[in-house]
Amino acid sequence: MAKDMQDLGPLIPRNRAIHPVPHDPDYKTTLTRSPRLPLLSMESTPSEETGPRFGHSLIGPLDNNLIANFTGGESLAVGERILVHGRVLDENARPVPNTLVEIWQANAGGRYRHVKDTYFAPLDPNFGGCGRTITDENGYYEFLTIRPGAYPWPNRANDWRPMHIHYSVFGHSFGQRLITQSYFEGDPLIDLCPIAATIKDRSQLDRLVAPLDFSKSRPHDFLAYKFDIVLRGRRQTMFENKPEGM
Amino acid sequence: MVQKLDTLQETPSQTAGPYVHIGCMPSFTGITSIYPQDLGASPISDGAKGEIVTIRGEVYDGTGWAFRDAMLESWQADANGLFPEQEGADPNVSGFARFAADKETGVWELRTVKPGPVPMRGGGYQAPHISLWIVARGINIGLNTRLYFDDEDNWDDPLLARIEQRPRVDTLIATKIGESEYRFDIRLQGEGETVFLDL
Repeated sequence: MAKDMQDLGPLIPRNRAIHPVPHDPDYKTTLTRSPRLPLLSMESTPSEETGPRFGHSLIGPLDNNLIANFTGGESLAVGERILVHGRVLDENARPVPNTLVEIWQANAGGRYRHVKDTYFAPLDPNFGGCGRTITDENGYYEFLTIRPGAYPWPNRANDWRPMHIHYSVFGHSFGQRLITQSYFEGDPLIDLCPIAATIKDRSQLDRLVAPLDFSKSRPHDFLAYKFDIVLRGRRQTMFENKPEGM
Repeated sequence: MVQKLDTLQETPSQTAGPYVHIGCMPSFTGITSIYPQDLGASPISDGAKGEIVTIRGEVYDGTGWAFRDAMLESWQADANGLFPEQEGADPNVSGFARFAADKETGVWELRTVKPGPVPMRGGGYQAPHISLWIVARGINIGLNTRLYFDDEDNWDDPLLARIEQRPRVDTLIATKIGESEYRFDIRLQGEGETVFLDL
């Protein structure tokens, strides 16, 4: 049995109050895609406490460079050059090292490279829109990319997505799996977006807004934005191995 | 005032949106120049021990429509109930797969090894099962569920035992429809709504 399964307790139960509501009339698609019946709650088992691990050998040298990776570095994407970086931590405030972080986003004009996206903004022949990396021993990650454009989307009559980057994070347990989005400091569209507004606690939504991090900006090259991500943690007490109730 | 806790809170989820495949299965969208292949293309490699099974299904919304943009992930033990990195685990079982509803038909397919029973922390076993995670546009936080098998003994499974309305247990059990072939449909809402999990 893997060492961390012996030593660690179950996953800390998810605090659903900080998450978006599943059913929200202002984001129309949720109305038919949200369960009506209660979730079945139970303490985590090895099925949730274990999870896939990916090695650094998975990652190619340009995987975390969305400006260059679509063309193999031959031609660069159009847009405002930015570094997005941060740490992956768990609820015990410990770094999550060696975990896979994947991102995807629209191009500088707000267009995705996808057959379903028919927005007027043109595709950038040098931009694919995805990247991935594995956190270092301190849970740190970074991506070089372009700032994605805002774009309209079919929901209510005139809805626009704020500039955003999608994040997919694994952690070390399947029960830690998380997909989220980061927004950009100062974007007025955040307050108008029904998807951002599915998070009802404004202080929680604020946690998805990446601040400009001027200290990491490289002169004459790129601006930087910081986005830290917290995954679920494992419960650990000296009493973890005693029978329940004793 | 009281002392401040030094724990953090999980980052809030946001929907994976309609373009999740770009980030997670780029070759599915025709983006093939960045990675050599999509992650999780198969949970097994040649030589995996045990029965190789194929499971197909659809994901239905509350109107009964099998929607086309769902992405699923699966995680499971090997034929002996061991997860990768556990001592003695089958080196040909990575246990992790990603797959998507077909763009035309909405049908997804998972080819894998049938897992064995998995021990519980405090003793006892869970019946053979595959953990599933479903994301798509309109799903604000990924949906967790499990797939069990109708030709296995599910009687003592501790999770299934917790389902109060007994007919709902069937929503987590794949139906054998042929030799090593199973069917498993997922209903997000309405009649026959799948049991989704919080664990």
